[in-house]
Amino acid sequence: MAGLELLSDQGYRVDGRRAGELRKIQARMGVFAQADGSAYIEQGNTKALAVVYGPHEIRGSRARALPDRALVNCQYSSATFSTGERKRRPHGDRKSCEMGLQLRQTFEAAVLTQLHPRSQIDIYVQVLQADGGTYAACVNAATLAVLDAGIPMRDFVCACSAGFVDGTALADLSHVEEAAGGPQLALALLPSSGQIALLEMDARLHEDHLEQVLEAAAHAARDVHTLLDRVVRQHVQEASILLGD
Amino acid sequence: MAFVALSEAEKVYIVHGVQEDLRMDGRGCEDYRCVEVETDVVSNTSGSARVKLGHTDILVGVKAEMGTPKLEKPNEGYLEFFVDCSANAAPEFEGRGGDDLGTEIANTLYRIFNNKSSVDLKSLCINPREHCWILYVDVLLLECGGNLFDAISIAVKAALFNTRIPRVRVLEDEEGLKDIELSDDPYDCIQLSVENVPCIVTLCKIGYRHVVDATLQEEACSLASLLVSVTSKGVVTCMRKAGKGSLDPESIFEMMETSKRVGKVLHTSLQSVLHKEESLGPKRQKVGFLG
Repeated sequence: MAGLELLSDQGYRVDGRRAGELRKIQARMGVFAQADGSAYIEQGNTKALAVVYGPHEIRGSRARALPDRALVNCQYSSATFSTGERKRRPHGDRKSCEMGLQLRQTFEAAVLTQLHPRSQIDIYVQVLQADGGTYAACVNAATLAVLDAGIPMRDFVCACSAGFVDGTALADLSHVEEAAGGPQLALALLPSSGQIALLEMDARLHEDHLEQVLEAAAHAARDVHTLLDRVVRQHVQEASILLGD
Repeated sequence: MAFVALSEAEKVYIVHGVQEDLRMDGRGCEDYRCVEVETDVVSNTSGSARVKLGHTDILVGVKAEMGTPKLEKPNEGYLEFFVDCSANAAPEFEGRGGDDLGTEIANTLYRIFNNKSSVDLKSLCINPREHCWILYVDVLLLECGGNLFDAISIAVKAALFNTRIPRVRVLEDEEGLKDIELSDDPYDCIQLSVENVPCIVTLCKIGYRHVVDATLQEEACSLASLLVSVTSKGVVTCMRKAGKGSLDPESIFEMMETSKRVGKVLHTSLQSVLHKEESLGPKRQKVGFLG
């Protein structure tokens, strides 16, 4: 990696964070009134919206209905102006399709789908501004939206990315760190049980280092959980005040 | 679009209310709902705005990119519109479901900007026949609660107001080779004049009267509507009839008068809000979707 020093000798990253530090996370539940559940999250400069519709009857072909559980339908799209270079289409390209499948896999592991047989749950995520860690931001936003919709889940799903630079694992990569091309790991964790809902790694990484990177991502994901839990509690509190309980 | 199913009795209630100049939410026939406008919400765009009109939620991002001018207009830049009806707004828009509506809205936007006065396209030219700025205006539909066109046009105007295009200089060496130099100062920008950018005022014909800023329920009661794009001076730049019903010429003239009157007020209040927001400068606390 010529030119850019991702981790200084003093242990600081390009944006001034420590190796295991997350970017600032701000979130809000119940952004839209018409959807069953919605949430918005900002992780540093990455901004994502998630909307949940359902559980409702299967839309379109009935043949897709599953007799024993609900169908989780995910669509990932990223606004044409979200990236540095303008994108031509918001969804339907290969990366968006892959992201949609990953989200589906993540939430099939977390949502108690067997409670709603022959029905469908739609999870739509929209990235408004992309600055690294879009998968993680989408999962975190979608978790809040699913909770807002009141759909039973095993646990929160908290996601975080991690990378590996100069023998150190970095948590929550920004766009600059992702673009540098080192190994990258995306992890979705069910924090209370410690189960992994999705794990994906690209680029080459020595087996001996994997545990360290995985631990960094899992630790960060647990931190995310603390924050999301706080957001949910605050939202419920506000809602109950409005109801006058 | 989010669709509502209304019973006959509900429709009669709405139509009778409109006849008495009193609508379901207490507005008169020529009143808009409360509009929330915030600019500069997406930081990696040249300009952006979010507009919330009742339950309608629109985000517009403008990106300035360098390109070559069109052959028929060698000394002008141009605007490109794209409307994304995202699945967030309604599950029907999933996949390619929103493409039809998106194209319809984008074409309407092209039409209302298709005149010399709305935006000074000459200022977007860098180097005649070779380089110009292309402004990609991307509209993102996040939620629809009626009156999409008006909300989108307000958001587009606000985003264009917020757009900052870097200032470039063309240097020419002895051999006639041209070189484009970008200013070092990131705040050295040109700002578009949006004074003549029109806004759309949609008038829905309900019963014998027409209303502005219809909600979804009111849209369900209306058979035909008229889209009029009006500038701040009250000049009509484009007009289109929408909906499956028909309108008689007399009511079209009536509706045009109303749209001019309402449009002028809309422009004045939008301009004052935009200028007020700009005067706060970088000290302004950004709310975005968190508020």
